[in-house]
Amino acid sequence: MDMDYTATQSVSRQHPETRSTSMDGTDPSQLFDDTSVAPGGQPTGFQGQGVGTMGHPGRTLLSDPMSNLAMAYGSSLASQGKDLVDKNLDRFLPISKLKYYFAVDTVYVGKKLGLLVFPYMHQNWEVSYQQDTPVAPRFDINAPDLYIPAMGFITYILVAGLALGTQNRFTPEILGMQASSALVWLIMEVLVVLLSLYLVTVNTDLTTIDLVAFSGYKYVGMIVGVVAGLLFGRTGYYLTLLWCCISIFVFMIRTLRLKLLSEAAAQGVLVHGARNQLRMYLTMSIAAAQPIFMYWLTYHLVR
Amino acid sequence: MAFTLYSLIQAVILCVNAVAVLHEERFLSKIGWGVDQSIGGFGDEPGIKVQLMNLVRSVRTVMRGTTEKSIPFINIKHRSACI
Repeated sequence: MDMDYTATQSVSRQHPETRSTSMDGTDPSQLFDDTSVAPGGQPTGFQGQGVGTMGHPGRTLLSDPMSNLAMAYGSSLASQGKDLVDKNLDRFLPISKLKYYFAVDTVYVGKKLGLLVFPYMHQNWEVSYQQDTPVAPRFDINAPDLYIPAMGFITYILVAGLALGTQNRFTPEILGMQASSALVWLIMEVLVVLLSLYLVTVNTDLTTIDLVAFSGYKYVGMIVGVVAGLLFGRTGYYLTLLWCCISIFVFMIRTLRLKLLSEAAAQGVLVHGARNQLRMYLTMSIAAAQPIFMYWLTYHLVR
Repeated sequence: MAFTLYSLIQAVILCVNAVAVLHEERFLSKIGWGVDQSIGGFGDEPGIKVQLMNLVRSVRTVMRGTTEKSIPFINIKHRSACI
């Protein structure tokens, strides 16, 4: 029994060194496990300050082989659980693909917001690729991202609460109702666009997340409109909303034209044929739906 | 108009149910939307009608596979005072 204890003592000599450098040297005169250690002794054991008697209870707790084993087992269980959760979550939510959409920086966000409100000067709307994969939004202003739509959605809900508060119509439940309403309209819009893309058999590389991103860009215009309505009254709201509606219409047309139409039609050449006409109508209706939603979701906020 | 996610799920289920209930030979063939009338066009020109017919047929197949009849009656919430 003595041999066992000194063996574990020498083993524990290496362990405390990896954990904390200022741990006391083991006391060879202690021949028994000091189980009178208080539960608070464990943290001090980890820190291993050489404070006289406080070092000993913590040290014995760490040097206990059972607790070492338990800690190793626990950490392996935790990492196994984490792997399992990651693998299963990746099946439903493609996390790695989502990360691409959030790879933005301040310059990109600033330029993109400016582009959403004033898209008339921008010349090159092509998304640049790098060996068949799209470049991250940080490096290409034409790439869609999910940061602006997500932040825009949350800001829209807050601004809606603010607008309702100025009219004394605010209750906390209204925030939830606004959020779920806007979310439902977004989901319905994405579903309808997906259905129409399927029916028109467009060969495009637009993913569902891209469509969510494009549908979320209208929140920026809505927020600007509602804020202008709060500051300048109804005339300000209508004027700003008109401007933002036209801007988002032009933005959507110019962005979707490159993705949905065939090569020749995207250059501006008038290509005849029922199929191209159908695609053109589809692009125009997707773009025209944005101002409609923008008005629908904000007119009740500005009275 | 105040929507909740629950009403969206309700609406989607009811619409899918409506598509799945369309009977093949009593109704769809009568209006020219039967499954035997869609194998016409080859080449890259399916057209909207053919796509729609394929969609209806696949919805019916999927829903039959998952025993659509067993979707219980949806407990439509009695909306009394809330929006």
